[in-house]
Amino acid sequence: MSATLTSPDYKLPRDHYLNATYGIRSWLLTTDHKRIALLYLISVTFFFFIGGIFATLIRIHLLTPSGALVSPETYNKLFTMHGVAMIFFFLIPSIPAILGNFLIPIMIGAKDLAFPKINLLSWYIYVVGGCFVLYSFSTGGLDTGWTFYTPLSSVYSNSAVTPAVIGIFINGFSSILTGLNFIVTVHTMRAPGMTWFRLPLFVWAHYATSLVMILGTPVVAITLLLAGLERMFHLGFFNPAMGGDPILFQHLFWFYSHPAVYIMILPSMGVISEIIPTFARKPIFGYSFIAGSSIAIAVIGFLVWAHHMFVTGESTYAALTFSFLSYLVAIPSAVKVFNWTATLYKGSISWDAPMLYALGFIGLFTIGGLTGLFLACLGLDIHIHDTYFVIAHFHYIMVGGAVMGYVGGIHFWWPKITGKLYPEVLSRVAAVTLFVGFNLTFFPQFILGYLGMPRRYHSYPPEFQVLNVLSTAGASVLALGYLLPMIYLTWSMRYGRVAGPNPWPATGLEWKTDSPPPTENFHVTPQVDWEPYDYNNRPDLGLAAGRPLAPAHGDD
Amino acid sequence: MHRTGELYGQFETLEQQKESAQLGMWVFLVTEVLFFGGLFLTYAVNRHLYFTAFGIAGNMLDLRYGATNTVVLIASSFTMAMSVWAAQTSRKKLLPFCLILTLLLGGVFLGIKYVEYKQKFDHHLIPGHSFDLTYHVNHPQPGDDAKELAAEREEIDNAARHEDPSQPENGLIALNAHAQLYFSLYFGMTGLHALHMVVGAGLLIWVIRESLKGRFSAAYNTPIEIVGLYWHFVDVVWIYLFALLYLINRHAV
Amino acid sequence: MQSQLPLYPEEASNFAPHVDALMLYLTSLCAFFAVGITIAIVYFFFKYHRKSPNDIGTPIEGDSRLEATWIIIPLILALCTFSWGAVIYVDYRHTPPDTLDIYVIAKQWMWKAQQPNGLKEINELHVPVNRNIRLTLASEDVIHDFYVPAFRVKMDVVPGHYNTMWFRPTKPGRYHFFCSQYCGTNHAIMGGWVIVMEPTDYAAWLSGSSGGEANPVAAGEKLFSERACITCHLANGTGRAPSLNGVYGAQVLLADGTTVTADEAYIRESILQPNAKIVAGYQPLMPTFQGQLTEEQILALTAYIKSLQSQPVPAKGAGIAPTTGKK
Repeated sequence: MSATLTSPDYKLPRDHYLNATYGIRSWLLTTDHKRIALLYLISVTFFFFIGGIFATLIRIHLLTPSGALVSPETYNKLFTMHGVAMIFFFLIPSIPAILGNFLIPIMIGAKDLAFPKINLLSWYIYVVGGCFVLYSFSTGGLDTGWTFYTPLSSVYSNSAVTPAVIGIFINGFSSILTGLNFIVTVHTMRAPGMTWFRLPLFVWAHYATSLVMILGTPVVAITLLLAGLERMFHLGFFNPAMGGDPILFQHLFWFYSHPAVYIMILPSMGVISEIIPTFARKPIFGYSFIAGSSIAIAVIGFLVWAHHMFVTGESTYAALTFSFLSYLVAIPSAVKVFNWTATLYKGSISWDAPMLYALGFIGLFTIGGLTGLFLACLGLDIHIHDTYFVIAHFHYIMVGGAVMGYVGGIHFWWPKITGKLYPEVLSRVAAVTLFVGFNLTFFPQFILGYLGMPRRYHSYPPEFQVLNVLSTAGASVLALGYLLPMIYLTWSMRYGRVAGPNPWPATGLEWKTDSPPPTENFHVTPQVDWEPYDYNNRPDLGLAAGRPLAPAHGDD
Repeated sequence: MHRTGELYGQFETLEQQKESAQLGMWVFLVTEVLFFGGLFLTYAVNRHLYFTAFGIAGNMLDLRYGATNTVVLIASSFTMAMSVWAAQTSRKKLLPFCLILTLLLGGVFLGIKYVEYKQKFDHHLIPGHSFDLTYHVNHPQPGDDAKELAAEREEIDNAARHEDPSQPENGLIALNAHAQLYFSLYFGMTGLHALHMVVGAGLLIWVIRESLKGRFSAAYNTPIEIVGLYWHFVDVVWIYLFALLYLINRHAV
Repeated sequence: MQSQLPLYPEEASNFAPHVDALMLYLTSLCAFFAVGITIAIVYFFFKYHRKSPNDIGTPIEGDSRLEATWIIIPLILALCTFSWGAVIYVDYRHTPPDTLDIYVIAKQWMWKAQQPNGLKEINELHVPVNRNIRLTLASEDVIHDFYVPAFRVKMDVVPGHYNTMWFRPTKPGRYHFFCSQYCGTNHAIMGGWVIVMEPTDYAAWLSGSSGGEANPVAAGEKLFSERACITCHLANGTGRAPSLNGVYGAQVLLADGTTVTADEAYIRESILQPNAKIVAGYQPLMPTFQGQLTEEQILALTAYIKSLQSQPVPAKGAGIAPTTGKK
């Protein structure tokens, strides 16, 4: 079925980054971007588990109108901690800190990021921030909603807000330093011949993401710090009882937190832009438009924050402006979707798992993006604001989009990271399971939202039950879809077939080195003399030469 | 990654290394601007809301400390610029001298800041339960300028009456709350700035040690340049803080 | 009632049909694009499935005309949608003049509503059908949000601010209202029912449930003398402070030469921060009432000041800008 270059006689290279040194110290003190990526992989997966457990409990609780499982206090803590764990400690670092960290230097032909020690520092900052948040979760929990709206968070909440806020504040610097490292690396570390317009679109997407990270994160850091100080020392920055303004908090918060959505989705778009040309074996359609749209999204994304505040009583003029700008930011996303679809035209499409994830991404992201138009629409937002419609919308973007891209990317580069192939049939089953489970879980929530079910409700009127049960049923399929890859990917590290340097074959620089790569990434500094995603002038890929290929890898 | 001489392993040339370090520092300073930006915005909004209280509270800052510190910091920026020049021209004796001078001036700044904070503490101007705008005028200490205190009292009384003509006590309560907001922002902003100064001093100590070993020359002076960039940035932030906190609306109530 | 699995809530206000029409349009538009993309992907997926392991695709780099097409057409459609949404939004924000005014106060975790005659209800709101209703929303603690799905209306209730919203119920019945801004432990049960009644039933209900306290105008009048407002704000305009007759809704000329419309927000501000806006020709003498009046008392005072609209406006006086004259 799938055509890959794998043949059973590939052997792992003798020296690679995984066996360069041994022992726990060699990992905890490493400055190798590839090893740091794996440190992130472990810690980010840990938070994904925690957030996932909270999500499962939430869905079980909502099976009955009066709440099946926990008390209102506990329910409020569950959805808050689900949001905090998933957004700040899973989604934001997931693709940039794991795949970006691992791949960007290799993709541009560098030996490492520009600042390897700062890269390691980012991970430690992440861990310290994570510990604060875990401390908050385990000593009283957190019940403010991940948005930390004042004065609820700064005055009225009885939960462990302070450590959580400190944790997120600290974690922000991890994100800032990662973004800084990427920007400098892309500017100064490119190999000879790697011009800006030969950069893989994955790198373009991360460049745009890094811009958002360095410009947005410091604002939310200082905002949450002020809210934390307000809580600790009874100050009044945002507390109306002491003269402060709670709406100011929302402005500062969304100035970061809306662009943060692009921190989550842009890297995923970058992954998709790599997978599609590889498995369609042709250049991506409209390279410069896809690259440019990433930058456009990052820039316009900073000008739309107050569309989260249409019902706070903000002025009509402000609302009109922000709605208008929100419509503008939709266009570059649409451009990407059209270009990906056009790339499939006259391709040579294989049905490998990463491709299934990528196509699933396009479908789900399209729905997520289009429903964003409903929320940006002033006349509709009044009705659907703060309802399940919003929940469904952003889960389509963040889970359907960002996580599909993340899991797809992990599959795509798994041979490069571990040197081993994942089981082919199982991985396709998992991709389809995820797609189906996801839609079952979240599509009903659009209808729930339009019917008027507000978000963050531990109990609800009985007329909403049917759709909630449907959603919970879908969530169990979704959970299976996540567990499968975790199991078979772990299995494949030991038992998977050896992949060889370029199993697909793909055109990027990362496929020109060993799998797994050596510590310094390339034995000789590479020279780039081909255009991106070009299959026609690449005899080195072994396709044009007409060399017979081994049949599908794996016998499963 | 291995290091060969001054060249770290991930880089091909010293040129590339220097370019990366400079760009890295500039990007970092951009995030710093946004970081202080959130505070400046909060300050601006509240200043607009509580114009009178912020004016009075601003007048309670001692302009002499603020102005001296501004001069001290600008002088330190000059010595820092001298250091960069000394490094670029391989003046290996002048370089540590200028750096030490910069460090000393930074120390003087922090010392003055300490005295100023201490004074605010003695005057019960630290936000919290014991915050009292009128503490100083009610509890004058030996050596205080009686005339100045009288003017201050009059200023507060006028503002309190302005706030609530029939019951100035109530006006005073409101004034106190809003002035506390001012001092929260004052300590937040200057405190964050002082923290940056401490970090800068740490960086200076590091480059002084290296410069005494004669490591920097026209060929290799990247650390001096990026520490210089950072130092100048911290300096510029202070200029804004000085204007915003000490100078705006001085003596207008 | 609708079928077992409805797709939209009941349409029970003037806004509902407009919002639903916009929803239908946008859903069709988006469905068109989503289905189109899906069909294209599925078709290509099978049509161009790799035939032999060595195949490569046809190299097509892109096409500027195609790019222009799929930038410009979606842009036009997006701007149409934006405009339609904007028109409806402006309608939401533009309160018609002849409203029935009801005050709503939110606190953790209950709603209090006060009818024009002073009748108070908790977690219920009775309104007459086919009347423009305006709610003035105040919060005593955190941010809440008043949301009636059947009316398609929603507005945050922000402490320290007044927000207003309006709607015209078009169908008698009982409709859920919710708090839709997360406000703490019992956020989910902080809701109740809007009861839309025929005007006669409403009138009967108002007079029937006479258990209410004094109406807000009377309460406000009482406060007005208790708190000694009356000693300065003399009705004939000769006091130390401007007369308040007819001031509500008028343009007030301020000492700095600007004018301001005397709405609820202005009155509230003038009570809590009297010196924020000084009426031309008067001294800043008034004390602040910040922290000395409850939200309910402020609303009562506001209601009383509004009731003075029918009183004669003194010749010298309320600082009302001469150009607008009396309302």
